[in-house]
Amino acid sequence: MAETLSRSQNPREWLAFALVWGSAALVTATFCWLLGDIVWHGLSHVSWTFLTAPPENAGRRGGIGPILVSTSLILGVCLAVSLPIGIGTAVLLAEFTSDQSLFGRMTRRSLDVLAGVPSIVFGLFGNAFFCKTLGLGFSILSGGLTLACMVLPILIRSTEEGFRAVPASYRLSAAALGLSRTTTLVHLLLPAAVPGLLVGLVLGVGRAIAETAALIFTSGYVDRMPESLLDSGRALSIHIFDLSMNVSGGDANAYASTLVLVIMLLAINGTASWLATYGLHRKVVTV
Amino acid sequence: MTSLRSNTLSRWPTDELLCWVLRGTATIAGTIVLLIVVFLIVEALPALYHVGLPRFFTDPSWHPADGLYNLTPMLWGTLFAMTGSVLIATPLGILSAVFCHYYAPPTLARPYRRLIELLAGIPSVVYGFWGLVVLVPLIAEIQPPGPSLLAGILILTIMILPTITLMADASLANVPQQYLRGAAALGLPRWATIQSVVFPAAKSGLCTGVILETGRAIGETMAILMVCGNVVQIPSSIFDPIRTLTANIALEMAYALGDHRAALFVSGLVLMAMIVALVLAAEWISRGRVYG
Amino acid sequence: MCKYLNIFRVNPCGSLATLLILALLGIPGSVTAQTTATDQLSGKLVITGASTLAPLIAEIGKRFESLYVKVRVDVQTGGSSRGVADARQGLADIGMVSRAMKDDEKDLHAFPVARDGVGIILHKQNPVQALTDEQVVAIYTGKITNWKDVGGKDAPMTVVNKAEGRSTLEVFLHYFKIKNTDVKAQVVIGDNEQGVKTVAGNRHAIGYVSIGTAEYDESQGVPIKLLSVGGVTASTETVRNGTFPISRPLHIITRTPPVGLAKAFIDYAQSKAVHDIITQQYFVPLAD
Repeated sequence: MAETLSRSQNPREWLAFALVWGSAALVTATFCWLLGDIVWHGLSHVSWTFLTAPPENAGRRGGIGPILVSTSLILGVCLAVSLPIGIGTAVLLAEFTSDQSLFGRMTRRSLDVLAGVPSIVFGLFGNAFFCKTLGLGFSILSGGLTLACMVLPILIRSTEEGFRAVPASYRLSAAALGLSRTTTLVHLLLPAAVPGLLVGLVLGVGRAIAETAALIFTSGYVDRMPESLLDSGRALSIHIFDLSMNVSGGDANAYASTLVLVIMLLAINGTASWLATYGLHRKVVTV
Repeated sequence: MTSLRSNTLSRWPTDELLCWVLRGTATIAGTIVLLIVVFLIVEALPALYHVGLPRFFTDPSWHPADGLYNLTPMLWGTLFAMTGSVLIATPLGILSAVFCHYYAPPTLARPYRRLIELLAGIPSVVYGFWGLVVLVPLIAEIQPPGPSLLAGILILTIMILPTITLMADASLANVPQQYLRGAAALGLPRWATIQSVVFPAAKSGLCTGVILETGRAIGETMAILMVCGNVVQIPSSIFDPIRTLTANIALEMAYALGDHRAALFVSGLVLMAMIVALVLAAEWISRGRVYG
Repeated sequence: MCKYLNIFRVNPCGSLATLLILALLGIPGSVTAQTTATDQLSGKLVITGASTLAPLIAEIGKRFESLYVKVRVDVQTGGSSRGVADARQGLADIGMVSRAMKDDEKDLHAFPVARDGVGIILHKQNPVQALTDEQVVAIYTGKITNWKDVGGKDAPMTVVNKAEGRSTLEVFLHYFKIKNTDVKAQVVIGDNEQGVKTVAGNRHAIGYVSIGTAEYDESQGVPIKLLSVGGVTASTETVRNGTFPISRPLHIITRTPPVGLAKAFIDYAQSKAVHDIITQQYFVPLAD
């Protein structure tokens, strides 16, 4: 790319060049400041015991073992529910409904609204619907389901963009070969749409793992090791919120918990992009 | 593009099943929002019944304990914070994505993208915490009190930046290579190519990104609560503290009973109305082709 | 119903279908407090309410669990009003309330477990050493807006107030006899730590927070200082001996007279055995 586009002496080109590099530098600097702050304050407290031990003295001492387990379970429930629904809806919207149909338009519009619903409103809704109406109480299940509602629009939209980016020739070739729609979808379109899905997954998981407001009313505050999905479990972000805003002297462990959360995110994002490059992409070739 | 819709492909029995399964999932996804709205209305009804809708905009102040329920200052607070942050984050985010695709060497572009992905997942509490201990004292040095609209706008900008950057990045990646080669063949310089070839081709994705980030800016709660000062007033300068509708719910919900609680659900409804207005506006701007 | 609940408890990982059926039947699965034999306590106790009290009660709960292996104590945070509402509706077995009980809450059974003072804090570098009650009232109602009027530097004040509904706010307003509608604040905050961080980050700020929190943060080198009120030094010591004028009791409440597990827990939370936990969480144990 860099070779194919010649850089002329045009001053506008130089201005644009400076602006693009400048904004990238500004963004990087701000974020390095933020991340540096977290690493600087958190690194000395993170150890194997911190990761496995239960919190003591309201979280001022001890570790985050049970909280990590709860967080993973909440995330697991969230993805187990939102991935099938999300991919299904995206496929329907991108491949099986015309842009003009009433059903497609209404679904899209409602998803657009859902994408903008503030997390605190999700919290109130989850509390009333999952915890009270469905009787799940304060539980990991309630929290995961609430988060699933929250990440759905992000997941659907990115996946849909992914499907739209698949060249029409794929579909035409499939039609010419007399493949069923199901086969075309599973073996051709889905693998090709994976990059879009992954963007959605990264954004969605990011939003889910970072969520505080929606979880405090649904999955609850209990920092004990959960025994089942019906137990209340404290998510990492709630732990951070409680330590930094409610427990005096919790700052050190709040920083350390944040660092752990950032590392978890790095791992998830890394796995997602590894899957994109090596795992799922191969399927297009072998089938 | 979507030939699956037409009858070009042969019909298999499994396709019928697939179609119904997909319709089922889409219906679930589509009805969640209805459930939320219905539930909000039901919870807000006592306040609408006792207080009446007009008083939420005409009362002298917001003091629910004394039966005063004016939401207007918080509506402005939300609007100002949203506008400011979207105006800063949009160019920064799009330029960042352009950087990744057309300016940065691959060795820089990859880590840069990883960095942005990482930031999408940092809890708002952390941004808020950082804003409270780093940003707010800095602003307080320039112009007290410190917690202010400005602090809110800056924190929101940082928070929504990953959203717009990642969406812009994905849509730039979808611009066909032929376009770029064509532009190169014509001898167009880099920025001219981006401006007149890439941006129009990626328009729909960029629009989606802006809508998503605006939605996030409206809905952000915890970080805003920590840095904005939360005073219920219409700000007269960028250094004045404000309270947003979301912060209002988060601050008071756990402590509210009766009409006060219902009034907070009215705040929730107002927020929903703003989101619906945003979606309609977006549809109108792109003439129904948000998804293009 | 109890039979179902027992099945439910023994096999909590039961299939989703069972769970949904139970859910649709409207059986609140998590809100169960039950006792079997009198000598062997078992069951689950759900406690919700004030965020101030939540860390303390959670720690007491953990020790209680270690004494009675079959008992589970689930503490959920929220706010005093939520503690009252949940206890009334039976959503929680015990509610937590971080203030004195109101007149319209006389139907509930309240048990004090600890005390907490509310102190006024300034930034450490602020030269002002003491404020009279009248000055505090004037500052919070916007009649004094510059530190030079109370013997400080020439700088505008940043008044930090608490959000509506917080118990600390009610206690503060009650002592100084101010109406919240008259308060002219520059910053409104939620929890105590946010107040401490706001004042620590602004040299011209004045705020009020839980004394225990402020005392701890001060000892950790956070640049804040506690002002004396009515000539009495603000410290957990003066709150303990009752001389400090602004303080509040911390209650746990039940809807009906407590029996069984709930009673055992309340007795335990009020006993001397937990005084070390109360001190550890920077509250003041009740004098007995």
